[in-house]
Formats: sequence, C-alpha cells, structure tokens
Amino acid sequence: MSDDARRLHPVDVVIVGGGWAGSIMAKEMTEAGRSVVMLERGPYRSTAADGAYPASIDELEANFRYKLFQDLSKNTVTIRNNSQQTALPYRRMAAFLPGEGVGGAGLHWSGVHFRMPPDDLRLRTRVIEKYGAKFIPEGMNLQDYGVSYEELEPFFDKAEKVFGTSGEAYMVKGQVVGKGNVFSPSRSDHFPLPALKDVYTAHLFRKAAEEVGFHPYSLPAANASRQYINPYGAQMGPCNFCGYCSGYACYMYSKASPNVNILPVLRRHPLFELRAGCHVLKVELDADGRRATGVTYTDPDGRVVTQPAEMVILTAFQFHNVRLMLLSGIGRPYDPVHNEGVVGRNFVYQNVTTSNVWLDRSIDTNQYIGAGGGGVAFDDFNSENFDHGPLGFVGGSPVWVNQAGVKAIAAARSGGPPGTPRWGSAWKAGVIDTYRHSLRIDAHGANMAYRDVYLDLDPTWKDAYGQPLLRMTFDWKDNDIRMNRYVVDRIGDVAKAMGARRVNLTKREFGKPFDTRQYQTTHLGGGAVMGNDPGTSALNRYLQSWDVHNVFVIGANAFPQGTGYNPTGMVAALAYWAAHHIRTTYLSHPGPLAG
Amino acid sequence: MQGLAGVTACSTVLASPPGHTSRPTPYAPRFFTPAEWAFLIAACDRLIPADENGPGALALDVPRFIDMQMGTPYASGAQWYMQGPFVQGPDNLGYQLPYAPRDLYRRGIAGMNAHAATRHGRPFAGLAPALQDDLLHGAENGSMIFGDMPSTVFFDQLLANVMEGAFSDPVHGGNTGLGGWTMLGFPGARADFMDWVDRYGAHYPLGSVSISGETA
Ligand SMILES: Cc1cc2nc3c(=O)[nH]c(=O)nc-3n(C[C@H](O)[C@H](O)[C@H](O)COP(=O)(O)OP(=O)(O)OC[C@H]3O[C@@H](n4cnc5c(N)ncnc54)[C@H](O)[C@@H]3O)c2cc1C
Ligand code: SF4
Repeated sequence: MSDDARRLHPVDVVIVGGGWAGSIMAKEMTEAGRSVVMLERGPYRSTAADGAYPASIDELEANFRYKLFQDLSKNTVTIRNNSQQTALPYRRMAAFLPGEGVGGAGLHWSGVHFRMPPDDLRLRTRVIEKYGAKFIPEGMNLQDYGVSYEELEPFFDKAEKVFGTSGEAYMVKGQVVGKGNVFSPSRSDHFPLPALKDVYTAHLFRKAAEEVGFHPYSLPAANASRQYINPYGAQMGPCNFCGYCSGYACYMYSKASPNVNILPVLRRHPLFELRAGCHVLKVELDADGRRATGVTYTDPDGRVVTQPAEMVILTAFQFHNVRLMLLSGIGRPYDPVHNEGVVGRNFVYQNVTTSNVWLDRSIDTNQYIGAGGGGVAFDDFNSENFDHGPLGFVGGSPVWVNQAGVKAIAAARSGGPPGTPRWGSAWKAGVIDTYRHSLRIDAHGANMAYRDVYLDLDPTWKDAYGQPLLRMTFDWKDNDIRMNRYVVDRIGDVAKAMGARRVNLTKREFGKPFDTRQYQTTHLGGGAVMGNDPGTSALNRYLQSWDVHNVFVIGANAFPQGTGYNPTGMVAALAYWAAHHIRTTYLSHPGPLAG
Repeated sequence: MQGLAGVTACSTVLASPPGHTSRPTPYAPRFFTPAEWAFLIAACDRLIPADENGPGALALDVPRFIDMQMGTPYASGAQWYMQGPFVQGPDNLGYQLPYAPRDLYRRGIAGMNAHAATRHGRPFAGLAPALQDDLLHGAENGSMIFGDMPSTVFFDQLLANVMEGAFSDPVHGGNTGLGGWTMLGFPGARADFMDWVDRYGAHYPLGSVSISGETA
C-alpha cells in the first residue's frame, strides 16, 4: 500500500487521533520543541461552530442521529459472545458510541473526572495480599498496572487543572480538608474549582445514603462550577446545568474538551499542524520491524499519503489503538487458546446497570436539569473499600445519581415502570409519571479481564478502505454478575430511605449474554495493556510498545482490567505520565524505557 | 428546512386544546405512497392515541415527521454499516439485514397490509382499532415475518421513529405546538437552569420553548 504512496517531509512526532490523549501528547511534544503532526480521521470541529446555541441542542440530531459520533458506514467492529460464534458487524450505533472528529469523544463526553483508586492500580497484588491467590477465579487475567498512585499523583493533579475540574477534596497532603470521598487517597492539592451544586435528585440521594450509613460525595466533574482559566490560558464559563451535555458540544464553554482547553492554544504553536479528514491505515515499520518510520493515511481527497516521523504516538481511542497495532504488526497478537501474546488481550468494558426510583407524585424530579459530570456517589462498595472475603467476587462498583439531563425522546423511549406497555394510553400514563417523578441510580461497576475475552482482526468483514474490522469477543462472567447483583441490592436500601413509592432494581442476569443493542457506555478498556511483564502486557509502564520503542500507545487500552470509575481522568494522567518520561528521558536517549 | 413550513402551519392546531384533536396538519407525503400513508396514519394513531393525558401522534404530526425523515441520509442507511455479507445471528448481536429505514418501511407496511388482508379482508387502515392493535401487538412480538424480515424489526423501527416524531424539536416536522414536550413536562431548549438547580421541590414555572423560539 505504501509503495505508490506520496511521501511527505519528515516530522519529529506524528500523532494518530485528535481526542484528549492526542491533544495532550501534542501539547507536551511541542512544549518539548518537537514538530508535531496530528492526524484525525473525522472533520474539523470547534465549540463555536458545533456548540452554537440553540441549533446545537437538538436531541434528535445529537443523541439519535449521532451527529458527532463515529461514522459506522466506513468503519465498525464485529462482535460475538464467545469464540464458537461467528462475530457479526455492529451495524447501528447502540451499546457504545465512539467519537470522531477533532476533539474526539472529548468534545461531547459528560465530564465525570476520576483518579484511579490506588488499590485498582495494583489489584492483583492487593487481592492476593488480602484473600490469597486462590481467590482469583479460574480464567481471570488479574494484573497490576506497574505504576503506583504516588507516581501518578502529579499527573492526576495536572489533568484536573487543565480540565478545570470541580469537586470537593477529602484529604490534601495527609490532612482531612473537606467532605469529599472518604475512600479517596490523599491529594497534593484541592480540586481547581469547588464542587457543582447538587441537583434535586442528587440531593435526595445524598441524604438517603447518609441515613443508611454510606459515605456520599460530590462527583468530580470536568464541568466548571465557576469561570476558570486553565494553566494553558484557556477559558471556561460556568456550567448552567443545561441538561444537553452527553453527546453535545457545550455551548457555555463549561465542559472540558480538547477543543476548549487545549487546542485553541496548541493550534497557535508554530511546531504544530492539525490535519483533519486523514484516516491512518497503518504504522510503517523498518525492515526488521523494530522501529516505526511513520504512518500511512488516506487524505481528504482519498489519496494515500505517507508521513515519515521519528516517533509515532497512537491516540486513536482504546479499540482503534489495538486495531492499528494489529494492522501494523506491532507486538505479538493474543492467542486465547494458549493464553500467549499480548495485543488484544484483556479486553474489558464497564459493568453498568441503571435502577429506577419513583417518588411521591407531589415531588417533581426535574430530570431535564443536570450536568454530565455532576451528581452524588458513594464508594462503600467500590474497589477494595469493602471486604470481598465473604462475598467471593473480585471488583466493585461506585453507586451514583449522575443526572446528566434526561430529554424527551430518551424519556419516551425508556418508557414507564417494568410491565408497562411500550405504546398506547398505558405507556403514555407510565412515561409521564416516570419522567416527572422518578430518578435513576447507577451501579457503575468494574469488569474484570478474562482469558477468553479479547480483540483480534475479523476474518470476513472489512472497512471502507478494505482493511479487516476489529473483532470483539465479549461476554459477562459470573464473578462480575455476582458483584453487580450484590451492589444493586444496596441501591434498594438507599431507595427505601428516599421514601420510594416504587423501585425497579436492574441487575445483570446469569446466562444473559452481552447485548449489543442496548446502550451501556463507551467505557471500553484493555486490549493493549501496560505492565512490567512483556508476557502479559503490550506496553511497558510508560505506555511504550515493548517491541517497537518509538511507538507509544495512549488510551484506556492500557487498563489491565476494568475499574468502577469512568476512564478519562486516568487516560489523561497516563498521557501526562508518558509525556513526562518521553520528555525527560526518551528524547535524549531514544530506546526502551523499561526492560 | 422543509420543517419550517410545518412549524408555521402548527399555529392552527394550537388553537384547539391539546388532547382534543387528532387531526394532523394537511401535508402531502413525498416518500410514502397513498396506501402506505394510510397505514402510517392509522398505526401512529394507535401507538400514541390522543387521550386525557395529552395529544396523540396525529395532532403532533408524527406521520409528517417520518415522511420528512425519509428524505434524510439516515433513511438511506448512510449512518449504518451496510457492507455484506449479511449473516443472521442471535438477536443480541444486533441488526443484520441489508435494509435501510426506507426499505424497512416499504417492506414492513406491505407486510402489515398483506397480513391485514389475509386475516380480515382489508388493509390495516380500514380495520377497527382493536384489530389494528392485535396486528401491532403481533408485529411487536414477532409473530409475523415479512419475507426475510421479522416483524419486530419493522415494529421497532416504526415505534422508534414515532417516539422521535412526538418528542423531537418541531424543526423536524413533529411535536406540533410543542404538545409532546408539554405533555411530558420537558422545557425543550430552555437549557439554562443556573437559578433552578437548587430550588429543591419547587415546580419549574416556564413552558417549553423550541429551537426556533416557539413557546408553549
Ligand atoms: C457520550 C459519552 C460520554 C462519556 N462520558 C464520560 C465521562 O463522563 N467520564 C469519562 O471519564 N469518560 C467519558 N466518556 C469516555 C471519554 O469520551 C473517552 O474516555 C475519551 O474521549 C477518550 O479519549 P481518547 O483521546 O482516548 O479517544 P477519543 O476521544 O475517542 O479520540 C480518538 C480520536 O482518534 C480518531 N481516530 C480513530 N482512528 C483513527 C485513525 N485510524 N486515523 C485517524 N484518526 C483516528 C477518532 O476519530 C477520535 O477523534 C464518554 C464517552 C461518550 C461517548
Ligand atoms: S450541563 Fe453544563 S457542562 Fe454540560 S453542556 Fe450544559 S452547560 Fe455545558
């Protein structure tokens, strides 16, 4: 493919994908004095154009025609529940919604902005310390990240300052300072902005959770509670809880996005060039496959172009990163039969279920008010915050009211309480009551990694450029189902304390396979994980390919297993962590940073 | 842009209180044939009937919305991965037919009318409401198949578009007079609750507003 390709002038760094990870890496590399080309397959996007009020807040276009999301007609994945099945194409957007265009999903994400819990970073070690190696179920590939919370702390802090994150700390420099999450580790500094106000449902949930004896806290939100100027000089306005958050560019410039928080500054840098509409086909390697020489892509006119570079950074999103590694021959593909190889191994998702609580009809829950990252959570059953010994499962789940703004089409389609017809007068009565007087509570659980859950290339289906689609082999496992069921019962306790008129606890069912037709979340992870053992990780602890040292791969692909939290705070911290080591070590001594 | 004409026209519907009319705004469909249009009107009227809780799909101009949607790239399958081979599998692995929304309507409506004719000697639109409901329930439960298309595929497409039509911004041709939003208690494009976020328990006093500034 590259033989007849046009060759461009070499640059220092080529970055594949213009989302959070790509924008952070580009900013860092230009700060280090390197020339950077960032290639983004989707169109150019800006908050000024794509977030212009009122045209931008069109629920049909944003949430049901997926205006800002990946163009599946060109490229998708195939999915199956187990390796005996034929995987079939994910033809219509449903279970997960990958982003596309400048800013990536970062333009229209929600904003829940977490740090990874210390125990989750060393989960294998921690579980063995607490419960013994036998506690780990057969077939579960439980691993450590190879990096500690203490090492990452400065980069979590940096990401929060760049994102303008609102929240209340619990502990700063070892001192208890506020009513934040009692299970969260000490921080070097406060959140840059105070927590967002609680919407009514979150307020009721906080009171009830406290009454039951749990430890509620304000969700850390990359939705600015006040006006803010970040360390790059980018400005944010105060969030007005508009309710058009998830799936929308923020017309108030309040939701952190690469487009608001990084790109306005980056685009003025003389060493930086952004090329939109450029779909990268593969990373080019030298003859012995040990060094990347650049990337090949199709430009907006459909021409195949090669961009030579000293360094390639993949930031194309979790599964696109894995696919590009497989298409380029970077790292050994995973073989589930022998549990060998690393690219595609430990593919994970997020184990979320949403329960519903109906309050008295005199109470308006105003579900249309909300911010994507706002709400109240408790972590009493997340991570290693509770004793798993008698429960017999690995993993946990924060529980929260995260009312991002429920709009009319979504409300109509989710309907009334279970048992209500989906149409007709009974549906109408049910949906009106549900919209006006109910609220939603999520168990946002971790999904563990398993030997027979993985990513590889599909043998049959191709994308618009003739390259094989990525194949997902994924199903829910008993360990994770048991975890979900246990935590969802705790939601029942809180709902009772809220004075619920009716409760619908939604739990994962044993034997019910992963359903690609139902929206769950876009928190996909793993597949090219970080670690200290090249036998079980594709990347070293600096997110550098073990095999091709001038390729770094940044994204949730690096998570060895799932976590109860949303991924982006960790992705951003990993980007700053990798960038720090590239800047301080790699640029002067190119070569493996670990080994 | 087609929608703008519809938005102007809706002021006549607003004159009668919501829930008491099931007459749609006069509209000449561009995609649907007269027989298909008759089906669509009849089915919409059953899926969201006018009742004491608010207007039905007809007063909300849901059929017009669906016809207008049929002229968008979405309806030609431009947003779906439509490369073959098309292999059928378990339901939970999702939609696997080669048909775009326009094809689903063509085949689905023909299938529904054929079943109506076989069972009751008339097309769907000519049947009594109870018989129409039976057929819709049958389609919803998958008890029919239209060639290689299970009836659930058509039903789910129809129901999804009906909900979209009743509850999307009127710029798309449905939700006439903001009747869908008013019925639900959704303020539409207000999108500014800075002062409301912590007025716990207070009833939000403002009516709905649309993208074009229409209020209800
Ligand atoms: C609706 C929604 C809500 C979310 N809410 C939250 C939340 O509240 N909290 C949270 O932590 N996370 C949330 N997420 C997840 C969050 O958006 C992602 O974790 C984050 O955007 C990942 O950043 P990234 O840079 O890795 O990937 P992306 O933002 O996806 O960016 C990757 C970019 O690479 C481009 N690309 C892909 N392949 C190629 C190629 N071959 N050539 C060129 N370019 C390519 C893509 O088009 C895309 O623009 C949400 C996601 C969605 C969809
Ligand atoms: S809820 Fe806040 S952060 Fe989200 S889009 Fe609206 S104003 Fe922006």
